[in-house]
Amino acid sequence: MLAVPATLALALVVLPVVGLLVRSDLTRLPSLVATPSSWHALRLSLLTAALSTVTCVLLGVPLAVVLARARFRGVRLLRSIVLLPLVLPPVVGGLALLYLLGRKGFLGMLITTLTGESVPFTTTAVVIAQTFVAMPFLVVSLEGALRGSGDRYEQVAATLGARPWTVFRRVTLPLLLPALGSGVVLSFARALGEFGATITFAGSLEDVTRTLPLEVYTQAEVDIDSAVALSLLLIVVAVVVIAVARPRSWEGGLR
Amino acid sequence: MKKLALAVAAVALFAGACSSSDEPSTQTGGSSASAPAPKGSGNAGGGTLTVFAAASLTESFTALGKQFEAQHAGTTVKFSFAGSSTLVQQLTNGAKADVFASADQANMDKAVQGGVIDGQPTVFATNKLAIAVAPGNPKGIKSFADLNKAGLTVITCAPQVPCGSATKKVETATGVTLKPKSEESDVKQVLNKVASGDADAGLVYVTDATSAAGKVDKVDFPEAAQAINSYPIAVVKGGQGDLAKQFDEFVLGTEGKNELTKVGFGPAQ
Repeated sequence: MLAVPATLALALVVLPVVGLLVRSDLTRLPSLVATPSSWHALRLSLLTAALSTVTCVLLGVPLAVVLARARFRGVRLLRSIVLLPLVLPPVVGGLALLYLLGRKGFLGMLITTLTGESVPFTTTAVVIAQTFVAMPFLVVSLEGALRGSGDRYEQVAATLGARPWTVFRRVTLPLLLPALGSGVVLSFARALGEFGATITFAGSLEDVTRTLPLEVYTQAEVDIDSAVALSLLLIVVAVVVIAVARPRSWEGGLR
Repeated sequence: MKKLALAVAAVALFAGACSSSDEPSTQTGGSSASAPAPKGSGNAGGGTLTVFAAASLTESFTALGKQFEAQHAGTTVKFSFAGSSTLVQQLTNGAKADVFASADQANMDKAVQGGVIDGQPTVFATNKLAIAVAPGNPKGIKSFADLNKAGLTVITCAPQVPCGSATKKVETATGVTLKPKSEESDVKQVLNKVASGDADAGLVYVTDATSAAGKVDKVDFPEAAQAINSYPIAVVKGGQGDLAKQFDEFVLGTEGKNELTKVGFGPAQ
């Protein structure tokens, strides 16, 4: 019964990638991919996506716990606000970041006054843009798991004398691992593919802000074959990183 | 199985993010088939004319389309404005259009090689670079060489796109090598970052700076003459040849010249 729609769903995802493969000249692939600018872009992409995934975890896990456990008024509104980056077209997200952290933005002006530096056109800006778009994926998957599991275990641990930090470390966190695993994978993937917010907020300069998706877009202007080759590289990198970097333990009790 | 599913979902996620990036530049469902029109309808017109035109032609061609409709009762002109290379990509992949107007010769050549053009393209306008600066020109930028003054945030187009290759030509001609903070993939991104105040100066086309008057000031420089950009227009194969030809002549005629001059285009050379 489920096989037909499931196959259709998979086909919708896989066939376009097959389309890319069919269109690309596989013999020319190595020479198209092995250029200094694509290595720079690949290195920058891996670095920034890793950094923004770490930032997502450091900021997103506490946020998810607060959103799932908090009882104060307005928490429902907060939950929907966290989803904003999912709804905003990435280019608009980039503009929003530019108007906040740019040289004329109110936070940006403060930063420039305090440090003499400005945020746009830096690698930091790339990480900020990626974190902005990727964070909801982590928060949503964690929060769902937290609310599903309830807080009975935590309450029991607390009645047995565990301090809040111990409860978080020994009870909440282990319960969360499977959801954390998928949240990390989703936010990493989203960060790796980020385009619109990055190009709007951080600009595009080789080895500084031009990540692989931006390199693909730039190359597509002159040579669509090389853009296709780079897209395949991006796909391979994503699949490899996700397959290798995900500890099996994160899949938890689901077998 | 679950692992595979997740990996696939993740791939889908960023593939989607990647492809959606193309959207801001493309407007209207330009690829939708044009309505059937009577053959050899002549001046009486009728039907829908689909025009694929470079993004920089948005203002002038929209106005020209209205005038053309007024002169050809019953004819509707539909536009798809996007980057020239995107339009060529769409045309060679079977998008239905009657007219193609490119922002540079290179992309028109690609369309001709792709076998989608009927007859010879004709150059109808030229464009050249100008420096866009904040209103009132607070940094006092007066020449191309001024862009290398210390402490200025200058942005340009990437050499892969027409405005970027024009910038490179000017650099070669002047011997001034810029150190841009960003090499954007389209000219509007350059313009927006100057308008937002995040860049002190950006190299854009005269027409972009003209249509953004109020948000940016335009500084012309003589070396821009070293990189004149030609805009060719042509009839697309398999479309409504007669009506398309009339539109091309309209763009090349007095009405076309008026509208194009208004936004800063130069005459064909």
